[in-house]
Parts: sequence; C-alpha cells; structure tokens
Amino acid sequence: MELNSPSLEVAITTKLDEAIGWARESSLWPMIFGTACCAIEFMSVAASKYDISRFGAEVVRFSPRQADLLIVAGTITYKQAPILKQIYEQMSEPKWVVSMGACACSGGFYDNYTTLQGIDKIIPVDLYVGGCPPRPEALIDALLSLQNDLRTNKYNPNRHKDFKGLLDNV
Amino acid sequence: MSEIITVPHAKIHEYILEKFNSGYNYLLDITAIDYTQYLIKQEEKFALLYILRHQEFHEHIVIKTYIKELKIETISDIFKGANWLEREVYDQYGIIFKNHPNLKRILNHKEFVGHPLCKSYPITKGQLLHEVDDLIEEMNSRLLSKNVVCKLESGSFSECNKDLMFLNLGPSHPASHGTIRTYVALDGETVECAVSEIGYLHRGFEKSCENHTYNQIVPYTDRLNYCSAISNNIAFVKTVEEMLGVEINERIQAIRVMLLELSRIEDHVVCLAAVLVDMGGLTNYWYMYNPREDIYDLLSKLTGARLTNSYMRVGGMTNDLYEGFEADLEEVIKKVQYGVAQTLSLIKHNRIFHDRTQNVGVISAENAINYAMTGPNLRACGVAFDMRKDAPYYGYEKYEFDIVVGSVGDVYDRVMVRFGEIDESIKIIEQVMQNLPEGEINIKNASITLPKKEAVYSTIEGVMNQFKLTFEGVKVPLGEHYSSIEATNGELGFFIVSDGSGTPYKVKVKAPSFTAMSAYPEIIEGSQLADAILTLGSLNIIAGEMDR
Repeated sequence: MELNSPSLEVAITTKLDEAIGWARESSLWPMIFGTACCAIEFMSVAASKYDISRFGAEVVRFSPRQADLLIVAGTITYKQAPILKQIYEQMSEPKWVVSMGACACSGGFYDNYTTLQGIDKIIPVDLYVGGCPPRPEALIDALLSLQNDLRTNKYNPNRHKDFKGLLDNV
Repeated sequence: MSEIITVPHAKIHEYILEKFNSGYNYLLDITAIDYTQYLIKQEEKFALLYILRHQEFHEHIVIKTYIKELKIETISDIFKGANWLEREVYDQYGIIFKNHPNLKRILNHKEFVGHPLCKSYPITKGQLLHEVDDLIEEMNSRLLSKNVVCKLESGSFSECNKDLMFLNLGPSHPASHGTIRTYVALDGETVECAVSEIGYLHRGFEKSCENHTYNQIVPYTDRLNYCSAISNNIAFVKTVEEMLGVEINERIQAIRVMLLELSRIEDHVVCLAAVLVDMGGLTNYWYMYNPREDIYDLLSKLTGARLTNSYMRVGGMTNDLYEGFEADLEEVIKKVQYGVAQTLSLIKHNRIFHDRTQNVGVISAENAINYAMTGPNLRACGVAFDMRKDAPYYGYEKYEFDIVVGSVGDVYDRVMVRFGEIDESIKIIEQVMQNLPEGEINIKNASITLPKKEAVYSTIEGVMNQFKLTFEGVKVPLGEHYSSIEATNGELGFFIVSDGSGTPYKVKVKAPSFTAMSAYPEIIEGSQLADAILTLGSLNIIAGEMDR
C-alpha cells in the first residue's frame, strides 16, 4: 500500500501518538491513596453529584498494579511514607501522580515532628491541587488538565528519571 | 476548673482499684503533663492524670499523681482500655509502666528517637522511617498467649494443629479506612489472632496546640473527626469557655445544639454508606451519600466551607444564621429522611443484610465498658449511656428525644442504632428550630471576642483590642480542666492545662475512636475475614480523631 511511502509514514507516526494519547486520556484508572479529610472529599467526587465517571476515570482501583493514576488524598506522615513509596513503585509505567490537598502538597498547617512536608520529598508529583480540603471541582479540574496534557502527549516518560526522594538510597 | 484529686505515685494502683470497685469502672483517659516550663513550680517535673467516670455516668473524677522517676505501676490489669492509653503516654512522654504487657510505641514509628510531647522536644524535628514495623514479635506473643502456637525447646515456634497464613489488612486500603493496619493470622478464612497498628495519621495535633492561640486551634479541631467537624469545634470551645467561667446565652446554645445534631446526622450518614459498601451493597451508598452533599451545601452557605467548617469561636461563633436558613434546613432534613427511608427499604427485611450482620463482630456490654467504648458502639451493647441525658449541657434536658440502644452489640445493632439516632437528631433539630431564642451570637466581653469591624476601623480602642486578641489570644486563667460532649462517636473530651497565657500549655483529646479501636483485635478474633472488614466499618473509626 501507499503506507510504505516515506511521506506518509511520518503522518502515521503522529497519528499513532495521538491515538495513544487519546486512549490514555480516556482510560485513566485512578488509585486513591486516601488517608484523611481529603479522602472524604474524594468520596464526594465519586458520588453522584460530582460523578467522576463523567470524565472517564471512574474505575477506581485499590490495587496499585491495576492503576495508572495515583491520587494522594490526605496527610502523609513519616510513618506512612515508606508505604506510599512502595505503592508508587508497585504501579507500572506509564503512571501519573496527583497530590490532593495542602497536606500532601506541602504538609499544610501541620508543620511538626510527624508530618511529611510534602509527598514530593518521597515520590515525584505531576499535579498539585491546593485547598484544605480542595472542593471536588478542583480535583475534577486537575483530572481534566491531566487528560488534556495526555491528549497532547505532554508527558515525557523519562521526566522523573533523576528524581531522588528522601527514602531512595543514595 | 475540674477538681483534681492528688494521690502519691506509690499508691496509684491501689487507689484506682479502690475507685474501680466503688463504681468508677469507666476509664476515660490517661495522660501526662510535662511541667518543666510551667510558670508555677510543681512538686515534680512530671505528673500523670487518670480520668475516670462513674458507672452511673453522671460524674467523672480526675486523679493526678506526681512522679519523680519516669516509672509507675500499670493499671492495664484493671482496665483493658488502659493498655493502649499507657502505650501512648510512654510513646509521647517516655514514662515507663511497670508490668505492662506490651509497652511499645503506638503513635510514632519504631525508628523514632525521643518523646515528642516533652517540652524539650522541638516541634519541627521530624524523623524519617525507612522500614515499616513487621509486627511479627507482637503477633508471636499473641499467638502464644492464645495457645495457637507452641514454643519449641530450640526457641522457635511451631503451629499446633493449624495451617496458618499471615496477612496484612491495610494500612493502604479504603476498607481499612486509609490508615489502620491489622495484621492477622488466618486459619482458612477464620481470624485466629489479630494485632492492630495505628498512628499512620498521627499529625501532632497536641503538640501543635501548644504552639497556637486558642482560636487558632479551632481549625485544627476540625480535622480530628473530619466527618463531623463542627462537633469538635464545639467540644473545644466549650472547654475553654468553662475555664474562662463565662456563660453563653440561649441563642448560642441552641444554635450549637442544632449544629451538633446536624453533624451527628452528617457523620452517621457517611458511616452507614461506607459500612453498606463494605458489605457489597453499593446502591445504598448513593442513597445515603446524596443527602450528605445537601448538608454540605447548607453548611458551606452558612460557614463558607463544606467539610472543615471552623464555625465556632471562643465565646460564640463567626456569624449568625443567614436569612432563609430555616427553609434550607427543612429541605435538607427532608432529603435525609428520604435517603434513610430508601436505604432502610433496601436492607430492613433483606435476608443477606441480616445474615451478614447479626451476631457478627459481637462485643459484650461488660467488655465494651472495660475497653472504655462510648457512643453508638456502646449503646449497641445495650448500655444507655448518653452524655446528652446523663450529664446534659446546652439545655439538652429541655428537648424530648430517646436514647437508641441495641441488645447484642453486633454489627446489626451498631448499624441500626445509627439509623435510630438520625431520627432522634432530626427530632431535636425540629424542636430547636421551632423555638430558636433571639440574641447575640457572641458574648460581650472585650477580652474574649473580637470587636465589631466598624470599631476597629474608626477607634483606637477597637484597633488595640483586635490586635491584642489576634496576636496574644484569649487569656485563659491558670488551671487544668476536663470537659466533654456527646459527639458522634461517643464522649469527646478535651483536657486543657493553661498557664494563664493566650496559648494552652497542654491539650489532650479524649478520642472515642481510640478506645474503640483498641477493642477491635479482640472483637474480630474467631470471626471470618470478611466479617472483620465489616466490623471495622461498623465501629466508625475515624483516623484523624484516633491518631490525632
């Protein structure tokens, strides 16, 4: 066929990327790592009023091996940190991380001996959602913006290659 | 201020046993105070506090003992609930309890060095944990004590007659409410032994309190039991107001009662939705959760926030009810009633629901009291203890309502008690709204509540008043006080030590979920694995309140 002609090959490659982007965009499987108040707001996101399934990300998995979007909702303490890291490592590539709420983003107003001052000290984060807790709309907005980026293939698979967290062996 | 009985430390075990035998058989809380930076010199640097409640539930006593060495006799042989409470004191203050069966850290992780609630520990000094505790040692001693394994001469263990499998439930799973970890030894699907680990959501609430003014603490209290934030606000400001010795008017009281009951509904609704999901009844989730959204809408209109409202202030609240609140509230109540009716029609005569919940996760009344369980979990065992009836506050004695009790203390009773309490709460809300008193929503006292904005912008006194109150905080008289309310999960109390400044010297929360959780391993031993999940859901453990 004409597919073999060099000029068309280029066109097909782009299309393939777009096709993959489209597939990824519309089949995000979130894994919710809910620990605190933000997890209650996530329940609202999943319930019928806000209904995350309208945006093609309703297959919430509780096994990291089946998910590609990690939503960290709630405070992560130093005690919880190794578990978060383990969960993140169990997810297969490609994967994305959303940090939901002030505690996950920066420790929030828990500036003390027990709270991790932001999950990006342990694992790489792609999107931060502010608020204490954020409204459901904010999380949906984060999801839409992630989907937009996936569609346009913004994410480089090697973007976190050089990431070194506090718990990574030096 | 609470009346405090001081007992010499050598006699504490004897004294508490005596009190136990004379009817104070309900241990509310154990905590310690580090007096090293206290204004007034005390007998010793550390003191221990025991708060007990009488079996008639009307009164409580606070027992204090000064300790020279950081060592004291355990009381876990009298109260099962003391086991975890003493572990917490050990963890936070480094006080050793002699003869304690399992004295190890509970809230902080195993690699933690030092004791964070000591005044010498810097608040921001965090410590990394590299590897999670495997809990094997604790499990082994539990297995041995229950004769599930035998110890061989070589020092190793052998399984007696059973083929055991070990499994971690949680902490990262929604059925374990996000942060509760239970390590179980399974024989087939039967839980032979269980040990629970908590502290994954220990956010240092009590240490943070020592660093903020009284009104700044209100947002922190929101995040204790985040399912019913306003009741935490109220419990905290009530304690502070009692220390200040101020009376709040009837309107403030009535609004607080109404919001307490609304938060009770809000919390029960989410608990019931979750427990039915744990059972596989997903449909109920939508029926039960939708009215919660309506309560959110109402509360965000009133307070500006959906979940973490921070609506209360010492001496009153941030703003009055808005115009049309009553109509909105009525609408919300109707939706709650609709949701409850729909859910009950699905489960009330449902064979699957009955088989899954009846005689599952049973705890006897005696055991529940010994573990210091409160609230719906205790009432499900048939104990009619309710602070609103037994030690009324804010005029609860004026309202007509019933205490809902169960009989067996199983999952079914706990679920049904909560359904019943939703109805009772609606009754109270209706009575409050029918007869809502007029008045100010803040007490008039320049040293407690902020001045009007017009005064701040136009007079020097107003500016100074605002400045002093904001920067220095409400000055609470020197003293120690315990006060509590009937929150959604049971008796929620605050113990505050004030040194006369605008910042508390020490705050301790008596968290109902903490003691309920300490009973959990014993409840699930011998039951099926799937029932263990259900039992956890029905106890309504809120991690924020349990771990603080």
